[in-house]
Amino acid sequence: MGSLSLSSRPAVAWLGWLFVAVLGSFALATIALHRGETINALWLVVASVCVYLIAYRFYGLFIAERVLALDPLRRTPAQRRNDGLDYVPTNKYVLFGHHFAAIAGAGPLVGPVLAAQMGYLPGTLWLLAGVVFAGAVQDFIVLFISTRRDGRSLGDMVKSEMGIIPGTIAMVGVLMIMVILLAVLALVVVKALAHSPWGTFTVFATLPIAVFMGVYGRYIRPHRIGEMSVIGFVLLMMAIVGGESVAHSATFGPMFTFTGETLALMLIGYGFVASVLPVWLLLAPRDYLSTFLKIGTIAGLALGIMIVMPELKMPAVSRFVDGTGPVFAGALFPFLFITIACGAVSGFHSLICSGTTPKMLENETQARLIGYGSMVVESMVAIMALIAACVIEPGVYFAMNSSPALIGTTAERASEVIGTWGFVVTPDMLKQIATDVGESTILSRAGGAPTLAVGMAHILSNVIGGASMMAFWYHFAILFEALFILTTVDAGTRVARFMIQDLLGSYVPAMKNTESWAANLTATGIAVTAWGYFLYQGVVDPLGGVNTLWPLFGISNQMLAAIALTLCTVVLFKMKRERYAWVTIAPCVWLLVCTLTAGWQKLFHENPAIGFLAHAKKFSTAVANGEVLAPAKNIEQMQTIVFNDYVNSGVTLFFIVVVLAMVFYGVVAIRRALASFSSTAQEDGDAMPLQPAAS
Amino acid sequence: MRCLCSPLLLKSKTAGRLVLQTARLMVGVPDYDAYVEHLRRVHPGEPVMTQAEFFRERQDRRYGVGPGSAMRCC
Repeated sequence: MGSLSLSSRPAVAWLGWLFVAVLGSFALATIALHRGETINALWLVVASVCVYLIAYRFYGLFIAERVLALDPLRRTPAQRRNDGLDYVPTNKYVLFGHHFAAIAGAGPLVGPVLAAQMGYLPGTLWLLAGVVFAGAVQDFIVLFISTRRDGRSLGDMVKSEMGIIPGTIAMVGVLMIMVILLAVLALVVVKALAHSPWGTFTVFATLPIAVFMGVYGRYIRPHRIGEMSVIGFVLLMMAIVGGESVAHSATFGPMFTFTGETLALMLIGYGFVASVLPVWLLLAPRDYLSTFLKIGTIAGLALGIMIVMPELKMPAVSRFVDGTGPVFAGALFPFLFITIACGAVSGFHSLICSGTTPKMLENETQARLIGYGSMVVESMVAIMALIAACVIEPGVYFAMNSSPALIGTTAERASEVIGTWGFVVTPDMLKQIATDVGESTILSRAGGAPTLAVGMAHILSNVIGGASMMAFWYHFAILFEALFILTTVDAGTRVARFMIQDLLGSYVPAMKNTESWAANLTATGIAVTAWGYFLYQGVVDPLGGVNTLWPLFGISNQMLAAIALTLCTVVLFKMKRERYAWVTIAPCVWLLVCTLTAGWQKLFHENPAIGFLAHAKKFSTAVANGEVLAPAKNIEQMQTIVFNDYVNSGVTLFFIVVVLAMVFYGVVAIRRALASFSSTAQEDGDAMPLQPAAS
Repeated sequence: MRCLCSPLLLKSKTAGRLVLQTARLMVGVPDYDAYVEHLRRVHPGEPVMTQAEFFRERQDRRYGVGPGSAMRCC
């Protein structure tokens, strides 16, 4: 690790950093002050890369040396407990890859696409500021404190540093976040596949492909990950190509055309079956495919943007910053900051940074590269997703992301409505894009994935294949997202099941037995029902579901980040490093302000598009008057809508209570730490026996 | 010629090995050679899993119960 003071370095190093600073400022100024029709995406890339480099070099190093005082001589869990399996000292670049693959998911790809409705500038600025001062700081410090505690989990550390009650609250909170996360991710897949035989066929084809790979890797050529992944990849590409003929076939086309409701039910059933199957049969092989495809596609997209240098057609700041946007309701503050969660700051990362990674750190000082560095790269992925959403015509973007309740179901009507918003798009353009990507229509394909896919197809087809390959690239992008979302749904259901068994096990000991089929099936059933309920509710939601569920997910994810940062703050005080505690307090306060405001507005805002209670009131008043409001078709559906509103209000309230409780316990722990004259941090897992802890 | 090529070759070999290791660890399989080496050095005489057994054990661990199982992100 370099030293914070550059004075001992040759002047060349100083000049180099000065150059990066000037270049970055110039690029940022160009983006912010640009007044033209379009702007080149490369400006965004250059500005971001410069910001990341400077943040990593200076702020990251400041945290490493001053705030945490990383000790290169201190033995890490990997060294003290080396077993060649879980605890293995690992080359820092290899571990970087492992960690990045674990934190990169669908979140950074979807959030920025939705946030693009406010223009590219607000999203970009939040992605940059968020990652530098909040996201990367959280990942880095959680990784550090877990490394000093034998790689123990977040919930465990909350228990030992803050108390048993906050520990349990945190665990219940994490479980609930998991449920919302799985529901919203599944919803993204449903939205992308509904009425799309091509996409549905290719995603269905991944099941037999994965099973074949599983059998191959288990019995035919054991442990040949590379071989089976290459075979799987080739089959996958064949499925995409074959999907076109399937979609156009008179017999097979209709067989793979489903409504959102049917797909949701299938996905719920699939989630149940998949998560009780042996892992080697379906989950593991698909995980290999999706991991490698994810890394490859991210690299490909980065290369594509560098080669094509596309123009951004979205305005810098759109009129929808006032909160009237069709993609999600709510003003820039606080809703931008919860819509872009992953990519700027993601609470979920705190679970990964306290998972397998801290058990493999070779040296404590490498936590900066792996914690701070990986998160910075993830932010870059989010910037690329934002670029992909902004290279398509704004009119097309809004046609894809607005609900039928707003823009109708025909290209003519959509073009008319979007015209009144100030974005020109002709019906022919909308039809042409649909033909180009091989779909019957692109209207109201909400959820982010199809928009990203069109943007990616736009960029990648300019590198390989030209316009004739557009449809292939579109379905490639859909498949790539669906593949790793399905892997997350499958693995996430398992994790939720273990959490449920763990929590219920405290009351019903039989539930804890993970060998018992009855206990496993019950817990799996509870997990699937929980996320399935929100998924189905989202699918039938007249406003498109993403509108309701994504803010809930964003709020919960950012609240988890606030909880993790609270823990980091407590630990800094306990280590007697309170002088530097502002490093975690500042982002924590910001996240609390954003999430509590957003939560409050989701509950009590008088606009029914934003506030759940106002929405419930509007519908229940109508029910009382015997009226049926669109899109409900009868009184029964009206009552369902009202009921769902109350459930969503309950969930929001639950998250608010959880985060407030955690902050309260955090303050208590800080006061106790301040009263002590020496460090009270419980480092090195000194209190922990060797066997794995619960959770 | 020789002094130019061999370090380069050596370097690219090391780099290739690192890339393979990274790809494997991304899906939860750590280095088998390091495992064998560790057992030989620290626990000589203890049974060593074959590569196939090692792979199965790691696979079950990655998706199984407990703090060693991988959390994955949104």
